[in-house]
Amino acid sequence: MNNAAAIRTLSASRIESLKAAFVALVIGLGLVYGAGFANSETVHDAAHDSRHALSFPCH
Amino acid sequence: MIARLLAAGLVAGIVAGLAVAALQHVATTPLILAAEVYETAQHVHEGIAEQAGPAFEGLRRTFATSLATIAVSTGYALVLLACMLFAGERIGPRRAALWGSCAFAATGLATSLGLAPQLPGAAETDLAGRQIWWLATAASTGAGLFALLRFDHIAAKAMGVALLVAPHFFWPTPATPESAVPAELAARFAAASLAVQASSWVLAGALAGLIWSLISRDETEAA
Repeated sequence: MNNAAAIRTLSASRIESLKAAFVALVIGLGLVYGAGFANSETVHDAAHDSRHALSFPCH
Repeated sequence: MIARLLAAGLVAGIVAGLAVAALQHVATTPLILAAEVYETAQHVHEGIAEQAGPAFEGLRRTFATSLATIAVSTGYALVLLACMLFAGERIGPRRAALWGSCAFAATGLATSLGLAPQLPGAAETDLAGRQIWWLATAASTGAGLFALLRFDHIAAKAMGVALLVAPHFFWPTPATPESAVPAELAARFAAASLAVQASSWVLAGALAGLIWSLISRDETEAA
């Protein structure tokens, strides 16, 4: 494999990992937001003790 | 790659979440239940018909709390893996646990300076304002720590310090202290909830790093 090809493969795998990281970041932040911050009454009631115990602002 | 990442985050989040839920059950939930007794007494005293605490009770409440904790731990694991990939970091259990500690410094220690973890029934100000400050402080502290620890240039370090300090000029106005809950109970809860949050970040990170390196090793061997 020559250098140019090596760089192309490297950047292709880097792009793939950045894409995967972006998807994971969005899902991860969504989960934390849903359980820790969402204002829905049902979600608040279900997550209440957990919100307090993990020191998210609550009430 | 996406499937591998989500699988590592999910498995780490479920295992860490179950462990943290068990810790909550013995460390923080008894204090919340004790505080609700005082909260209800105050409601009766003030003639408010509404019962203190959430609508769920008993086993349903424990189940809902554990589920929420698993969701948060899975979120933490995915956020840590994502940030480490963005930073081009080598992912393993030790590095990921260190990233988890820094994340705890951002979302737990920095935010508790302006907003101490509170029991139900404590006096509080407008929720939206506190949530916005919390999120902004966590993001700013996280970015500041990254700039300080990752780059050697003096300008990056100065920027890091500025990001760490800036949110603390905007602390939310504290509520007038008129809580029905005894101060000793509130103090124990503040300390316990920081310990629970620290465990959640570090466990989620260590397990996510471990599972990621195990899956990746298998894939490399297969290829």
